[in-house]
Amino acid sequence: MSAGWSWYVLILTLASVAACFWLIAWTNRQRASDAEIAESEAHVWDEDIRELNNPLPMWWLWLFIITLIWGLGYFIMYPSFSEDGGLLGWSQEAQYEAEVAAAEERYGPIFASFGAMPVEELVDDPKAMNIGSSLFANYCSQCHGANALGAAGFPNLTDGVWNWGGSPAQIELAISNGRTGVMPALGAVFESDEAIDEMVRYVQNMASEMDTASPAHTKYMQLCIACHGPTGQGMQPLGAPSLVDDVWLYGSSASAIRKSIVEGRNGVMPAHQNMLGPDRIRILAAYVYSLSR
Amino acid sequence: MDSQSSYNDKVVRQFTIMTIVWGVVGMLVGVIIAAQLIWPALNFDLPFLTYGRLRPLHTNAVIFAFGGSGLFATAYYVVQRTCHVRLAFDKLAAFTFWGWQLVIVLAVITLPLGITQSKEYAELEWPIDLLIAVVWIGYAIVFLGTIAKRRVKHIYVANWFYAAFILTVAVLHIFNNLVIPVTLTKSYPIYSGIVDGMMQWWYGHNAVGFFLTAGFLGMMYYYVPKQAGRPVYSYRLSVVHFWALIAIYMWAGPHHLHYTSLPNWAQSIGMVFSLILFAPSWGGMINGIMTLSGAWHKLRTDPILKFMIVSLSFYGMSTFEGPMMSIKTVNALSHYTDWTIGHVHSGALGWVAMMTIGALYNMIPRLFNKESMYSTKLIDVHFWTSTIGVVLYAVSMWISGITQGLMWRALNDDGTLTYSFIESLKFTYPYYGIRLLGGLVFFSGMLVMVYNVWKTVAATKPQPVPVIQPA
Repeated sequence: MSAGWSWYVLILTLASVAACFWLIAWTNRQRASDAEIAESEAHVWDEDIRELNNPLPMWWLWLFIITLIWGLGYFIMYPSFSEDGGLLGWSQEAQYEAEVAAAEERYGPIFASFGAMPVEELVDDPKAMNIGSSLFANYCSQCHGANALGAAGFPNLTDGVWNWGGSPAQIELAISNGRTGVMPALGAVFESDEAIDEMVRYVQNMASEMDTASPAHTKYMQLCIACHGPTGQGMQPLGAPSLVDDVWLYGSSASAIRKSIVEGRNGVMPAHQNMLGPDRIRILAAYVYSLSR
Repeated sequence: MDSQSSYNDKVVRQFTIMTIVWGVVGMLVGVIIAAQLIWPALNFDLPFLTYGRLRPLHTNAVIFAFGGSGLFATAYYVVQRTCHVRLAFDKLAAFTFWGWQLVIVLAVITLPLGITQSKEYAELEWPIDLLIAVVWIGYAIVFLGTIAKRRVKHIYVANWFYAAFILTVAVLHIFNNLVIPVTLTKSYPIYSGIVDGMMQWWYGHNAVGFFLTAGFLGMMYYYVPKQAGRPVYSYRLSVVHFWALIAIYMWAGPHHLHYTSLPNWAQSIGMVFSLILFAPSWGGMINGIMTLSGAWHKLRTDPILKFMIVSLSFYGMSTFEGPMMSIKTVNALSHYTDWTIGHVHSGALGWVAMMTIGALYNMIPRLFNKESMYSTKLIDVHFWTSTIGVVLYAVSMWISGITQGLMWRALNDDGTLTYSFIESLKFTYPYYGIRLLGGLVFFSGMLVMVYNVWKTVAATKPQPVPVIQPA
C-alpha cells in the first residue's frame, strides 16, 4: 500500500483519538450545569421512556483515558504510520527472523550431529527415529498417511516397492528435490474404445503372461516400452512403476488403469530442501528408510 | 382514523414474523453443519449439502435474514414511537420488506449452488448485491424520512444508533462489493491482493461493529428501558460512547489480518483501535445494566428482562474478549482456532439473538392487539434453553480453541512440533459434540418460541395503533 494511504490514515486516526479526548473533556465540563441536566431529564418519548443524566462512571472514564494514552504510546513505539516507523524498530519480519535464528542456534547442533551420520546408522538411533517420526507426522503424513500406508496416488512407504529407487540416497533425493512422475495421456492414440479396453486387459494380465497375440501387445511395444520396459518391470530413473508386481499406485481396477492410460497421471512429491535443510532431511530419510526394513 | 394518525405496524409485523422464521432456518443450518464437523458423511456426497456451501448459508441466514429482519422490524417500530409519527413512505417500507425477503431467498438458492464471491459475510454475487444496495437505500430513506418528520425536538438515543448502523452498512456494502461482472453469476473485485483483503476485513469487522453492535444497541436503548419501566441511566454516557464507538470502530478491521502480508503499520492501527474500542463498547453495557438497577426484583417474574440482562452480560463479555484477541500476542494463539468461533457465537447468540428475542417478546403482543404473550412460562423455558445453549457453545469452543492453539505451537526438546495437525483435530472431537448439543438446545428454544408466538397471534385481528401525542 502506498505512502499516500498512510498519511490519510495518520490524519484521520489521530483526529479520532483527539476527538475522543475532546468528547471526554466536553462531557465533563457539562457536569456542573444542573439546569442542563434537568432539561435533558425532562424529555419523554413514547409515554414513559426517559433518560437520567448521571455522570460518567469514574472507573470507566479512566479505562477510556488509559487505553487512549496507551494507544498513542503504541503508535510511537511500533510501526504505525509508516512501514519502518516505531522507536523499537519492531516488525513482524524481524520478529520471524529473530525467532528462526534463535531456534537454529538452539536446535541446529542437535540436527547437525545427526546430519553427519549416515542413514544406515541413524536407523538404529532411537533419538533420531523419534525426531524422524515427529517430522514425518508434520511434513509427510498429509499425503502418505499417519501410518505411511499411502493412498491412491500417494505411495505406500512401508511395502518395499520404490518407483524411484529405495536406497537411502534416493530417498534423501526425493525428499530434498521432490519428484514429478508423469504418465502421458494416451487416449488420443487409440483408434477405438475397444482398443483401450484391450490394452487395459493386457496390462492387468501382464504379471501372469504377456499376451503377444493381442493387438495391445503391438501398441505396448510402441508406446509403453520406453518407460515401463520390455517386460513391464518399470524404470526407476524415470519413476516409471513396474506393471508386473501387485502394487498399483492409482488403483488396480480396470477403470483406474483406463483413466491412467487415457488421461495420464501427474504425481508430484514436493521439494523440501528449502523448508527443512539437509540435516533434518537426513533424519527424515532414515526414518522413511526404516519403515520398510 | 385517517392513515397518518396510526402507526404503520403492518411492515413491522411482517418483519417480526420473518425474523422468527429465518432464525429457525438459520440456526437449523448451523446445527446441521455442526453435526457435519463430527460426522462428515452427513453431506451425503451431495455438492449443495457440503460444509463449504452450507456454512455461508448459515452465516448469511442468521446475520442478515434473522438479525437483519429483526433490525428492520425494531427500527421501524422504535422510530415511529419515539418520533411520535407514522413511518414515512408506506410503499417504500413495503418494498424494503419484499426486497429484503427476495435477497434472502436468492441467498438460499445461490449459496448452496456454490455461487459466491468468496468474501466472508459478503458471499452474495453482484446482481444480489445491487438489490441489497437498492433495498438498503430504501431503508435509509424510510428511517431518516421518519426522523425528519418527527414531532419531538430531541432524537431519542436508539435512533442515533439505528441511523449510524443504516448509513454505515450502506457505505460498507457498496465499497466492499465494487466488482467487475464477468457473467451473471461471476465477478472479480476491483481490488487486488492484500488491498482486497484489507477492504474485506474493513467491511467484515464493521459488519460486526455496525450491523451486530450499533444496530442492536439501538434495539437495547428502546426495549430495555421499556421492558424495565426505568429511565435510561445516563444520557451523557450515551453521547460519549456513541460518538467514540462509531469513530473508533472504523479502524479495527486489520486485526483480522495480524501476521499476514498486510503491512506492519496497518496491523498496528487495527490493534490499537480495537483496544481503544473496549471502553466505548462497555459504555453501552453500563447504560443497559444500570438502567435495570432498581428493577432487579422484576427479574424474578419477567423472563423478557432476563433475556435482556443476560444479553447485556454477553455483550460485555464479548466486547472484552474481542479487544483482548486483537492483541498480537494473543491473536498469534487464537487466530485460526475455534476460539474465534466461540467468540463470534457468544456475541451472535448471547448478545444479538437474546436481545432480539427479548425485543420480539416485548413487541409481539403490542403488534397483535394482545395483553401479553400466550405463555410467560414458555418464555422462561426459552430463556433457559438459550442461556444453557450459548454457555455450552462458548465454553466448548474456548476449551477446544485454546487447546488447538497450544497444541499447534507445542515443541519437543529437539524443536520439532509435538503434535501433528490430526492429533489436534482428534482432541477437538468431544468439544464439537458439546458445541452441537449447545446449538441444539438453543435451537429447541426457538421452536418453543414459534409455538408461543403462534398461540399468541393465530386468532387475533391486529388493530391500528394510534400515534401517541408527544408529551
